[in-house]
Amino acid sequence: MGIISRGFGGRRRESVPGLPPGQYLTHDFPVLSAGPTPRVPLDRWRFTITTETGEKTSWNWSEFQALPAEDFTVDIHCVTKWSKLGTTWRGVSLDTLLGDVESSADYTMAHSFGGYTTNVPMEDLLDGKAWVVYKFEGEDLHPEHGGPARLLIPHLYFWKSAKWVTGLTLMPEDEPGFWEAAGYHMYGDPWREQRYQGD
Amino acid sequence: MARTAISGRLIWRAATLAEAHWETPTARTLVLDVPDWPGHLPGQHVDVRLTADDGYSAQRSYSIASSWPHPQNRVELTIQRLDDGEVSPYLTDTVEVGDQIELRGPVGGWFVWRETQTAPVLLLGGGSGVVPLMAMIRARATAGTKQPFRLIYSVRTPTDILYAEELRRRVRDDAGLDVHYVYTRKTPDDWSSPPKRIDVAALNTYGWPPDFAPDCFVCGPTTFVEAAADILVALGHDPRRIRTERFGGTS
Repeated sequence: MGIISRGFGGRRRESVPGLPPGQYLTHDFPVLSAGPTPRVPLDRWRFTITTETGEKTSWNWSEFQALPAEDFTVDIHCVTKWSKLGTTWRGVSLDTLLGDVESSADYTMAHSFGGYTTNVPMEDLLDGKAWVVYKFEGEDLHPEHGGPARLLIPHLYFWKSAKWVTGLTLMPEDEPGFWEAAGYHMYGDPWREQRYQGD
Repeated sequence: MARTAISGRLIWRAATLAEAHWETPTARTLVLDVPDWPGHLPGQHVDVRLTADDGYSAQRSYSIASSWPHPQNRVELTIQRLDDGEVSPYLTDTVEVGDQIELRGPVGGWFVWRETQTAPVLLLGGGSGVVPLMAMIRARATAGTKQPFRLIYSVRTPTDILYAEELRRRVRDDAGLDVHYVYTRKTPDDWSSPPKRIDVAALNTYGWPPDFAPDCFVCGPTTFVEAAADILVALGHDPRRIRTERFGGTS
């Protein structure tokens, strides 16, 4: 237990199942990003998977829309302490996207329009744990929330769910992405409160 | 993109409130003694943790308002009270000199300004988003460097201006610093235009032209940051030189 701050009662909160340590509930959808919001025209949109041998698999917007999509409801947890429960999305599972890709890489780097990157272990993308989503609460994903399409990996802190995602590079070794190189945790499990390096 | 490595583990430190003062009727600056504070860059933030006597705790992130080195080796935070908040009303209205809170940091290696950056600087602050920008203005003065700085500061009314006196003094004394206010609800009596939100005209008139390739720092509520950053991009500023920090939904 930390040092007690005299006179702090806190909000007498009902305990919320589904809320990781150090998080609080929000009903808004706050935005976190490092720069201006890019507007990505759909006719220039592509999603590309590049393997460790340089093989590329890619989809343009209409090819991507033709892939089997899933509708699902998950909780999301931002490292800046807010959590939002029961959010609904539509998108393509990474199991589908990676299904025909030949690779033995254990790590991936997600890349975004504008230069953002974030690293994710391969096993965290598979088995129904991650999607590339393009609808939120039934509406096209707004640019400030990462539209036209973003990665969604709800079991990790939300910075791993790269907005404006353009592709994945598959890597044999783990490497830090943008926030990870700036001191954030390499993995980012909200249930173990892995916010920063060393947590 | 430029990167900063922060090495080592971020530990929770006990911080003791050494002094406090109100900046506006709803915003209070806390001056904290933090033993062994490792120093920070302007723009970085800290996580604050409050613990109740039954063990319940709550955490929030706050930008650091002061620069480092600091004359008393202290760390200053400016807290805007959010009436429905859980943490901010404690920090503005309850905590007293001598009380302890916990903090850890500094955090964040992207939304920072370094005195070695030679480009002109454009700071766009909305509301309490001015706090990390003030740390940059203070750091520039502490370092005694000469990069031209311009701050465009959007506030609801004149009484909502944080650091009003200090900004007035610095505009007079810190060569190469300019400040322009945008009032969104109520202007001073002698103001030449009605209340308005930040717009192309304000950025054209009081910002730097894109040709000067300024480093741009934009901080405030999401709606402000979205609008301001979009205008900068539309005016031709390189998106890679625009760093943003958004807040919203935090209490």
